[in-house]
Amino acid sequence: MHDPSVHRAIDAVWRIESAKLIAALARITQDVGSAEDLAQDALLAALEQWRESGIPDNPGAWLMSVGKRRAIDQMRHVSLADDKHEQIGRELDERPAFDIDAALDDQIGDDLLRLVFTACHPVLTTEARVALTLRLLGGLTTGEIARAFLASEPTIAQRIVRAKKTLAAAKVPYEVPRDSELTARLASVLEVIYLIFNEGYSATAGDDWVRPALCEDALRLGRIVAELMPAEAEVHGLAALMEIQASRLGARTSPDGKPILLLDQDRSRWDQLLIRRGLAALERAHATGVPPGSYVLQAEIAACHARARTNDETDWLRIVAMYGELARLDPSPVVELNRAVAISMARGPAAGLEAVDAVASDPALKNYHLLPAVRGDLLVKLGRNAEAKGEFERAASLAQNTREKELMLARAADSAGR
Amino acid sequence: MRFMVLMIPGARARVEAGEMPDAKLIERMMTYNADLAKAGVLLALDGLHPSSKGARLSFKSGKATVKDGPFTESRELIGGYWMWQVKSKEEAVEWAKRCPAEEGDALELRQVFEMSDFGPVVEEQEEGRVAEISAAIDKTKNR
Repeated sequence: MHDPSVHRAIDAVWRIESAKLIAALARITQDVGSAEDLAQDALLAALEQWRESGIPDNPGAWLMSVGKRRAIDQMRHVSLADDKHEQIGRELDERPAFDIDAALDDQIGDDLLRLVFTACHPVLTTEARVALTLRLLGGLTTGEIARAFLASEPTIAQRIVRAKKTLAAAKVPYEVPRDSELTARLASVLEVIYLIFNEGYSATAGDDWVRPALCEDALRLGRIVAELMPAEAEVHGLAALMEIQASRLGARTSPDGKPILLLDQDRSRWDQLLIRRGLAALERAHATGVPPGSYVLQAEIAACHARARTNDETDWLRIVAMYGELARLDPSPVVELNRAVAISMARGPAAGLEAVDAVASDPALKNYHLLPAVRGDLLVKLGRNAEAKGEFERAASLAQNTREKELMLARAADSAGR
Repeated sequence: MRFMVLMIPGARARVEAGEMPDAKLIERMMTYNADLAKAGVLLALDGLHPSSKGARLSFKSGKATVKDGPFTESRELIGGYWMWQVKSKEEAVEWAKRCPAEEGDALELRQVFEMSDFGPVVEEQEEGRVAEISAAIDKTKNR
């Protein structure tokens, strides 16, 4: 007696409710591993019962009620020597009958935040954080996560099991970090979300659909965290950056899968709805009154492009200024190189070349293929084609993959022919 | 995937008269919209003015006939819309069930076309367009 449409509907309920449920149960068990197990139990109970009786009017409350009851039962059965769990069991017993419907928004929000920070805890490897976040907060199945990251399902399953064990062994408290730690811990959360986004952004045509869908997963997570922590500018900054980058997804590959650079893209294919959301998120970042951090600055740069109807209308001077601030915040030769490119767009190739050469000797850029690529491009614009050819050949030798190599060799050949 | 969700109000007369719903309903709707935003699902939403402020165009034999509102003959009038980002139609349905709708209200859920939906025919047209643009770029490159 298996009705696929009911199953799909229950899947949808799970997608909406699972993170909140796990988050609330983890507050009872103080352990995300057992919280997820209990949540799964509640789901199984739902599958059994709802197939007969249909989905209840308030499925979230149903799951929460069943889950919490089992969590308390489990806590009571834990060894009597474990005072903490017994205490929680007693406290929950003494409360009047659960008023799930009246659960304060605050409580749900607090629980979700605890889950976010726990899943992204620095005691875990980045890979583990990503997998755990997608599983507990994104509601992806182990199989979906495996396909998204081109790994085997057992590998991901093991990674998640180990992550939960690590958290338990390290006795990571189930809490939102204190003020002094918050900035650093938040950076870890944002890093995980942006990593997921970039994995999706790097997906190419012909990839499993769960890969480009990672951009949507990341966007959703970014929006959720922005609503949970509206006073944090960098959270809005990341949301803005992702919305604006995602706006270009429809414009950045040609039908035969070749990448199209931003300045060559057909801007009519940029998603204006996402651009509008990105600019709104940037406004919210400014409204916090916090001086701009790295994500806000990167979003500002993306916004400059998003606002311009054509390349020529781009506010390059503003982009130069934003890169300058980024460099002050987070000095890096890659940022300086990007700034040099912006300078070349704002003030001409000669000024750009000067800026590039100021950082060209930095050892960090020694094997960075984009350095000679940028030099080559500026030299072409200055009519110094022979030198450009040499730079493109050097770039080809340093290139990371075949497509980039081919692109650089093509430009070298092009310069030779001038 | 994206869904456009159209609200077709049951209290048509009240909506067409431009009357505001009672404060409690407004509050419930605001809470609903906040929940959608907190879930990362809400992309956009707007309410629409009464049809008396609008117009309809009908096309026949290559000509457009304009008729100002109100659209008294229309069986259903749209009062507002949302755009949602969801993983499935079922998820959109589940969210829609939670809307604090009034007696007689209806919600219509329509999946929105996205670039990735387009099949080979449109891709071929795109190819032609891209070839044109590439040719134009090449021309300007030969300074």
